[in-house]
Order: sequence, then C-alpha cells, then structure tokens
Amino acid sequence: MSTTTMLQLLGSGMLKTAAIFFLTLLFSLPLGLIFSFGRMSGTGVVRGISKFYISVMRGTPLMLQMIVVYFAPYYVFGIRISSGYRFTAVILAFVLNYAAYFAEIYRSGIESIPKGQYEAAEVLGYSKAQTFVKIILPQVVKRILPPVTNEMITLVKDTSLAFVLTEVEMFTAAKQIAAKETSILPLMAAGLFYYLFNLVVAAVMEYVEKRLDYYR
Amino acid sequence: MQDKVLGISHMKKIYGDLVVLKDISLSVHKGEVVSIIGPSGSGKSTLLRCATMLEKMDGGELVYLNEKAAYEENGKCVYAPKADLKRIHKHFGLVFQNFNLFPHYTVLKNVIDAPVSVEKVPRKEAKERALSLLRQLGLEDKTDVYPYQLSGGQQQRVSIARALALQPEILFFDEPTSALDPELTGEVLRVIRELAEQHMTMIIVTHEMQFARELSDRIIFMEQGIIQQQGTPEEIFTAPNARVREFIGKFAG
Ligand SMILES: Nc1ncnc2c1ncn2[C@@H]1O[C@H](COP(=O)(O)OP(=O)(O)OP(=O)(O)O)[C@@H](O)[C@H]1O
Ligand SMILES: [Mg+2]
Repeated sequence: MSTTTMLQLLGSGMLKTAAIFFLTLLFSLPLGLIFSFGRMSGTGVVRGISKFYISVMRGTPLMLQMIVVYFAPYYVFGIRISSGYRFTAVILAFVLNYAAYFAEIYRSGIESIPKGQYEAAEVLGYSKAQTFVKIILPQVVKRILPPVTNEMITLVKDTSLAFVLTEVEMFTAAKQIAAKETSILPLMAAGLFYYLFNLVVAAVMEYVEKRLDYYR
Repeated sequence: MQDKVLGISHMKKIYGDLVVLKDISLSVHKGEVVSIIGPSGSGKSTLLRCATMLEKMDGGELVYLNEKAAYEENGKCVYAPKADLKRIHKHFGLVFQNFNLFPHYTVLKNVIDAPVSVEKVPRKEAKERALSLLRQLGLEDKTDVYPYQLSGGQQQRVSIARALALQPEILFFDEPTSALDPELTGEVLRVIRELAEQHMTMIIVTHEMQFARELSDRIIFMEQGIIQQQGTPEEIFTAPNARVREFIGKFAG
C-alpha cells in the first residue's frame, strides 16, 4: 500500500467517524428531549411506551440495534436494501440509541429543578411553554452538561461499531492498513486520533460549562 | 367598606381523606392588611395556594374584584375558562417563604421579565418601573447581580419587587421571613410595613406576632382548617378565645 493510499484511507475514515459523531448529536439531542417528555407524560400509555423503548435501547447492544435497523426494511417490509442505506442505517441506529440515553439525562435534569420554580412562574403568569423555555430549560442545560459530556465521549469511541455494517470509519480503516502492512502503527495512530478527538470534545464542553458558570 | 378585592366563600380543600380546609369564608377590601396566624398544619399555606390557584379547591367560591375564578355548580367546584383565569391571575401576587427567584436571571431581569414577556409591557417602561421599585426596596446597587450573590433578606426583597412589578391588586405572603436568620427578618418586615403604609392590600401568613399586631387591620386565627377567630389586633390580643390565647401564649414565651 502506498503512503498516499494509506493517508487517503485514514483521512476518509476520520471524516466518516466525525460525520457519525456530529450527525448522531444533531438528531439525538433534540429527539432525546421528545422521548424524555414521553417518559414524563401524564398519559400512562405514552409513559409506558417511552419507558419500554428507553429500557430496550439501553439494555441491548448498539451493534445489534444497527443490524436490526439495517435489515428491518427487508424482513419487515420486504423492501430491497440498497447499499446506500448502510450509512443511513448506522446514523439511524446511533440516533435512536443515543436519544434514549439523552432522554434519561434530560429527565433527571428536569426533575431536579425545584417545584418552586414552576410555582413562581405560574403565579407570575408565565404560560407552560414560557416556563419551560425561559425558566426550566436553561437551568436544566447547566445541570446536565457533565453527563452529556460523558455520553459524547462514549459516542466518539462507539463510532467504531459502524464496522458491523461495513462502514469504513477511522478504526476499520486503521485495521485494514495494519493488516496489509503487518504493522501496529496505524492502530496506534487511530488510538491517538480518538484521544485527540475526545480532548477537543472535553475542552469544548468545559468551555461551555465555564460560560454557564455565572450563576448557581 | 367598598371595593372588595378578594372574596372567598366556603372554600374547601381535601387531600386524600384529609380535609385540610373545611369551610373558609373571607373577604378582603382594598387597602386592608390581613394577617393569618395559627399552628403548623392548620391549613394557612393551603389557603394561600388555593387563593392563588396553585392548588385546585374542592368546593366553594373564589372571587377577585367581582370576577369569579371558581364557583360551585351541582356540588362541584368549577373554574372559569382559561382566558378569564389568565386575566384574574393579574389581580394577585404571591411571595414565597423561600423566595423562588430565578437563579439564572439577574436581579433586574427577575423583576422585569414577567412584565415584559407576560404582560408585554415595553422593556423601557418595565425597566424604569423595576428600577424605581428596587430603589424603594433598597436594592438599587444590586440590579446586576445574581440571586446567589444576595443574602436571604435581599433575595426576599427582590422577590417582593418581582411580585410588585406586575402591579397586583392584592399581594399574598406565605411566611416571608421564616427562612431568614433573625437579624435579616427586620429588613423584610420593614419593606412590608412600608407597603402597608402605602395601602397595598395584603394577606400575610406569619409567625411574627408583634409584627402582625402592629401592622394588621385584621388578624385571622386558623386551626384545623377553619377560621377559629378573627378581629382587629386589639380584639385578638386582648380578648382572645381559649384556643387563641393558648396559641399566642406559646409565642409570648
Ligand atoms: N400536597 C399535599 N398533599 C397532602 N397533604 C398535604 C399537602 N399539602 C399540605 N398537606 C397537609 O395539609 C395540612 C395543612 O398544611 P399547610 O401547609 O396548609 O399548613 P400550614 O398551616 O401552612 O402549616 P405551617 O405553619 O407548618 O406552614 C397538613 O396536615 C399537611 O400535611
Ligand atoms: Mg405553611
């Protein structure tokens, strides 16, 4: 393998890893909020379904979920799977999985806000939506930053699971090169890449936390 | 007296099988200061929570300035339509025992946010009103700090300013000084006293007997979900019935 091919392979692997990371966050962060509302719904059925969903997503391997998401269109609906669906399936599975984790983080954050905040807002005449958006959510965001950071760091490493759908992300690329060249160096480079990626994630989140440090 | 601001009749509140408010009737007129005293668990907070609609009552009638917020129909307590309740909400304010300020807002923002985002008062006008209130309550140098940077007494004064900024017709206080160190209660009581001098209509649940005696037009003694005795401070303190005497005696030490 020439150096250029190796670099190209690693480069496109990195891009794919970054794409999985950002797309997953983009969709699972808001979706998690919707699931957390379901989890706290006043309607028993909605609450039950949400709880069951979250427990399944957290209780089974992400790798298995990816396979299910990938093959479901064929086995359930008889739709022929095109190869272009692979990446979509990876993102879909990651989003559905991470949304479940985020839902529980949001829920614990929302439930940790004292009842007095809602009551003060209610007496002052805020609508339910205003109360949530203006009073509750900003306080929730501050409280959930540490657990969300943890999930993000796990997500960086979890991106390597995309290999089950033969998506050549960073780790798979490194493994292929390592096998070809019978060298461990590409794997070391991949490790370094994940580590640096996570350093950046942690630094960004620390910055955000600092920015929200103006109140207690 | 004219101008009835608040009218409660036969208010009832039940939690499970505990009847917390049995049959409370109470009218408050413009400019009146009414103190509510009574032992722990007698239903004082519940009465304020029902009057401010934080809690739904199970029977009786609740009227603000001739507008019915809740009334009884076929033995059931019915609330007015949402739009009416929204309007009625503007008639009253509530000051909590533990302030419940919004921690992520500065003092000024705590005071102007509801007028601006709920009542759509122009920001400039809301700000002027807020600054004058904060000056009146001795907080003019605290406008840009966050609640955690204030003492309890200062926080409670901010929460009073926040309630006043909506210009309510009547202001409820639920033990406004109970969460404060003794040396901080004075500054809050002084503010309430000033409001009384300006003829703000107020209902104050308090354990500060001397304060209630000096300030109130009327004192209500509650016990076990009913009003046991009410009258002028003179009547309550000089001719209390047996239960009231026992209760006041505990406070006199
Ligand atoms: N949400 C609730 N669910 C069940 N019971 C309640 C609830 N809120 C209050 N109670 C009960 O109602 C009774 C009256 O409570 P309330 O808080 O009104 O008393 P209070 O007079 O304000 O007492 P304190 O002086 O201690 O503040 C108490 O027995 C209390 O346990
Ligand atoms: Mg109470």
